[in-house]
Amino acid sequence: MSTSRETAVRGASPVSGGSQGGGLQVSGLNKVLGGRTIIDDLNLTVNEGELVSLLGPSGCGKTTTLRMIAGFLTPDSGTIAVAGRDVTALGAERRPSAMVFQNYALWPHMTVFKNVAFPLKLRKLPKPEIEERVTQVLGLVNLLHHRDSRPGQISGGEQQRVALARALVQEPDLLLLDEPLSNLDAKLRVKVREDIREIQQRLGITTVIVTHDQDEAMSVSDRIAVMNEGKIEQYSTPAELYEHPRTMFVATFIGTINRIEGSYRDGRIVADGDDSGDAVVGIRPEDVHFTSTAVAGSLPATVERIIPRGHFHEVFLRREDATLRAYITGEVPALGSAGFAQVSKAMIFRNGLLVEGQAEGAAADARARA
Amino acid sequence: MSETVNIDMVADGMTTTEQAGRTRLGQSVAAPSGSRWGAIAGKVLIALFVVVMVIFILGPLLWLAIHAFAGTWTYPNLMPDSWTLRWWQTVFSDSSLGIAVQNSLVISPLVVLFSAVICLPAAYAFARFEFFARRTFLIGLFATNAFPKMGLFATLASLFYALNLMNTVVGIIIVQILGTIVFMTWIPAAAFAAVPRSLEEAARDAGASRIRVFFSITLRMAMPGILVAAVMAFLASFDEAQGTYLVGAPDYFTMPTEMYTLVLNYPKQVAAVFSILLSIPSVVLMLVARKHIMGGQLAEGFQIR
Repeated sequence: MSTSRETAVRGASPVSGGSQGGGLQVSGLNKVLGGRTIIDDLNLTVNEGELVSLLGPSGCGKTTTLRMIAGFLTPDSGTIAVAGRDVTALGAERRPSAMVFQNYALWPHMTVFKNVAFPLKLRKLPKPEIEERVTQVLGLVNLLHHRDSRPGQISGGEQQRVALARALVQEPDLLLLDEPLSNLDAKLRVKVREDIREIQQRLGITTVIVTHDQDEAMSVSDRIAVMNEGKIEQYSTPAELYEHPRTMFVATFIGTINRIEGSYRDGRIVADGDDSGDAVVGIRPEDVHFTSTAVAGSLPATVERIIPRGHFHEVFLRREDATLRAYITGEVPALGSAGFAQVSKAMIFRNGLLVEGQAEGAAADARARA
Repeated sequence: MSETVNIDMVADGMTTTEQAGRTRLGQSVAAPSGSRWGAIAGKVLIALFVVVMVIFILGPLLWLAIHAFAGTWTYPNLMPDSWTLRWWQTVFSDSSLGIAVQNSLVISPLVVLFSAVICLPAAYAFARFEFFARRTFLIGLFATNAFPKMGLFATLASLFYALNLMNTVVGIIIVQILGTIVFMTWIPAAAFAAVPRSLEEAARDAGASRIRVFFSITLRMAMPGILVAAVMAFLASFDEAQGTYLVGAPDYFTMPTEMYTLVLNYPKQVAAVFSILLSIPSVVLMLVARKHIMGGQLAEGFQIR
């Protein structure tokens, strides 16, 4: 159910309703820690109601960025605005954002109810209102039966939902999640991320998730900011990131790719002749096709290795120019059998940047036909 | 004096033996079941060990208890020649003993309180902040324990004479605080350091001021450690005799210093009665602390990796 909704949202352009006032604006953010530049002139705009993932390998600065947005770290320069208000100078306790911590950070000496009620108690709300709001949010995350349990008595998944409830009960302008699923097992992770997305959509809450898991980012986000070495490499919708990665880093980080040094001409990879920089060809495995008879742009290939992957097979095809990884669904060729491999789309990167990539296959086809 | 030391060991020793017994049992269970004789021999050894420990720990207590009720007890007899409550009467009717009990029960809580006021902020600083010569200061706290106490007290006495602190309650409190500083700083520092920062950050994120975070989260979670430190400080202060005698005598006597007088002036049965009385607060405290500190619910619920 939530899956269809995700695709519907993703299919549309990234939430256009967000006015300039709402959401989150980060501009010119810099942070040096221990002499090392962690964040380097980072800019990020999250529209109101949008869910954005900060995705990147460990040490890329994504958590540092989140901690600066939350107010636990002070940026060296730059501004952070939440819901149109500059919060850069405010401490975490005065920002309109709420965070879900990687280790959940539930207070072990308080019951689930008290954990969730604590932020409201700090706001000095009347008791009946606290009771009502906590009950409501515990209902939202399906934890009413655990209201009097202590965090130590419930499972990891439940603790995670308590942490989420504690953030949601504050009705924040901005919800921050730091690797929210990394402490859960694989099955639960998929369910919880769908739950998070569903709740986020229902409440229309602006959300930033930090993750190193591309699968997680791809499946929940409206937009993903891929980070590397303190910079955002690309900030696009998940589909855009996959189909049109702007850099080699993004192409390798999102999904799988055949990465071959050289240039790509007329459907084949050739050693690079000119001196305009290191050229790299990137070909997605699903753009490599294996046929028994020669087709336009194909080259003879032998099946070198087969790895079953469930509903498809990962097949290594050896051509005269390179060995390509291909995803084959349906009938699997025998190991060692000969045939033809054709590439329908290739991306060419020079100095790590995409220089050519769209409709490459089509162009090659046309040239081959001509 | 020697009785006091014995009682100390009893109070501390109880739990350690229990634990030792348990681990030993666990090991023998884990041993391969193939050698049944080995298992039996192991059990016998454990039983022997437990018996020896029980004699070692409870023996002196039993000896004290018998003495406290014994009229006379001469060498070859296994049991006292006669039983009496006379010694208890002597103790309870002696007004100077009553005053000593009173002094102890007033001074020791005050020592714990002042020690906490002085040491807990220091403990928090050691746990949470990185400052100049932090480790040196932390190790330096052991200085009072590194030298013979008598030497320290002798120099301290000349200072106290100059400051008119000799024969004053304030002087006694200061001398006793010296002996509590190490526990009151090190144990709470470890307890503060063990509170995960993310729990404090979560509270700040929820809107709590730094002071609120400290009282609602940090202090609350470090409480078991602080309680342990407080109990140890109380016992240290309650049993402190050398410094107290030096500073307090002849005007102020606490229970342990009164023991000196008793041992010198009365039959040893009175000393036995008194040392049983002296051990009551320790035992009560240990039982209370055990219940609160080992409650366990505070140790649960951490998801720290």
